Amino acid sequence: MNNTIISLKDIAVSYDGEPVLSGFNLEIRDGEFITLLGPSGCGKTTVLRTIGGFIKPDAGEVFFSGKNITALPPHKREVNTIFQKYALFPHLNVYDNIAFGMRLKGKSERQVKETVHEMLGMVNLSGYAHRGVSQLSGGQQQRVAMARALANEPKVLLLDEPLSALDLKLRKDMQVELKKIQQQTGITFVFVTHDQEEALSMSDRVVVMDGGVIQQTGSPTDIYNEPENAFVADFIGESNILDGLMLEDYSVKFAGHKFQCLDKGFGTNTPVDVVIRPEDIDVVQADSTHITGEVTGVTFKGVHYEIIVDVAGFKWMIQSTDYRAVGDRIGLSLTPDDIHVMSKSAYSGRFGDYSTFSDEMEEDMAATEEAIESGEGQADENQL
Amino acid sequence: MKTNSKLLSAPYTVWMTLFIILPMLLVAWFAFTDRSGAFTLDNILSVGQYSNVFLRSIWLGAVATAVSLILGYPMAYIIAKLPAKRQSVMVMLVMLPMWMNFLLRTYAWMTLLEDNGLINAALAALGLPRAHMINTAGAVVLGMVYNYIPYMILPLYSVLTKIDPSVIEAAQDLGANDKKVFLKVVVPMSMPGVISGITMVFVPAVSTFIISKMLGGGGNLLIGDLIDMQFLGSAYNPNLGSAISLVLMVIILICMGIMNQFDEDGSSQEGGLML
Repeated sequence: MNNTIISLKDIAVSYDGEPVLSGFNLEIRDGEFITLLGPSGCGKTTVLRTIGGFIKPDAGEVFFSGKNITALPPHKREVNTIFQKYALFPHLNVYDNIAFGMRLKGKSERQVKETVHEMLGMVNLSGYAHRGVSQLSGGQQQRVAMARALANEPKVLLLDEPLSALDLKLRKDMQVELKKIQQQTGITFVFVTHDQEEALSMSDRVVVMDGGVIQQTGSPTDIYNEPENAFVADFIGESNILDGLMLEDYSVKFAGHKFQCLDKGFGTNTPVDVVIRPEDIDVVQADSTHITGEVTGVTFKGVHYEIIVDVAGFKWMIQSTDYRAVGDRIGLSLTPDDIHVMSKSAYSGRFGDYSTFSDEMEEDMAATEEAIESGEGQADENQL
Repeated sequence: MKTNSKLLSAPYTVWMTLFIILPMLLVAWFAFTDRSGAFTLDNILSVGQYSNVFLRSIWLGAVATAVSLILGYPMAYIIAKLPAKRQSVMVMLVMLPMWMNFLLRTYAWMTLLEDNGLINAALAALGLPRAHMINTAGAVVLGMVYNYIPYMILPLYSVLTKIDPSVIEAAQDLGANDKKVFLKVVVPMSMPGVISGITMVFVPAVSTFIISKMLGGGGNLLIGDLIDMQFLGSAYNPNLGSAISLVLMVIILICMGIMNQFDEDGSSQEGGLML
């Protein structure tokens, strides 16, 4: 089932003269769970809305099963969308919400009834058919939105950050459920999120985006273990990213020392970025290794401690199950397997040092941005 | 906290008792007594002889409400679709006539519709036959629509702007073309606005007296005129006037009750003003 179902060719979209996407290309395979992952404003929702038909691209073409559908309005496309704020019809009950699409297609009421009950069963809402949608919790509304979209038997389901309004535990449950439904139905899912963990745990393939450009496409393990540039390394999980010099194949110099690594093909004496994941670093005695530093911060995270270590001015993050006190001098030990080398990119030097910012702060900043962006929409919702 | 809120609401309670509850009771008391103050049902019973006036009032009020809805809905829809900045300008324009004195506005229509008025003068100048417009039921309806249509447009506009654009997109997404989106989503979701618009036009239209007096002539007597006559006119009889008011109030309440019933069928959504 590796046939391409949707392909975007040289798509260009701009809002008020501000380009969001330009020369954007993407192929989506039939039956896969593909996730567009990136910070807010990276263009991922624009891609989704272009597929849905809500945005007409300034240039480029959209193909669906080989047919050019660029000019086709949303109601004629064989895709359905799950909206961020569910967008259920407030004047209809659960049953009529789910039946909406089928009735438009002129299905018989008997057929409609059968499908509605089947869908309600699939999303675990049997018995809720005649509730008003405003009486439902966020998670239940989300399920109704799922059922409503799936009842239309779409070939492709577009999901626009559908879980972002749910609390953490519910979100995790829904992730499992979504994945289950996708495997059950075999429908292609195009999922948009800014939550890297969500992307990693659900997707067959992840497309990491920033600034309207695809930074990397690959399986969750690929993009985590083999990030292509500093942006991907930083956005997916935690990373220490250091300036390095690739001396030759399998040998890289950083933090003032030469290390053995598994990477090759960068040439000789080439400047590179070196990524080391915090969980890969072993904490050892200060005198038994090349890299030593002083602990400047410890945060308990549940499964591990997050330890910030100052090594000659560069702050490393280490995740360790052993407690280290602030002020301790410790040594960091690396094996060749822990070191990942990347080519220099426009993102080099912007990420990877834990002295200047924290992820929490970044998240806060992103959240504020989003709040401003969606502020108007939310105000509208509150009034309703 | 509790005593605080009680204290705060005291002026309102006093106000409402003095100026709403008490007058209502007075109207009721007048309606069921005669000139000497003795209890009687005569007033209420004699309201029956004015049933033609009641029917005409309700009929003209209903026609004016229907015309306002038919003209006001597209207007409200168009305004709600405009960019935010131009919306407020348009809403201003809708409200602008309301800043002018009601009497003056109606009087202006008199000079327009008269047999020797501006419209007929213009028709004559173009060589067209003159039309008799003043002192007809049509002129009364026109006056009602002109004066009360902003009360139809504003609640409709406020409901229409509150419809979440993503709900519209969801309908398109599920296969609805523009016509279906309008009929199956926009119209049902705007029902609270329709209901409050109808209420806010129908109630004053039914009980108006200035419009019918100025534009309707003697042949289009409405309940408002009838009541006016009992208090300020030649047929001075406050007891009968009160009885007519009371019956009118009951009829309007019944009408609104039926309307609200319709609304509950459609949705349990709030947002519209209900009487």
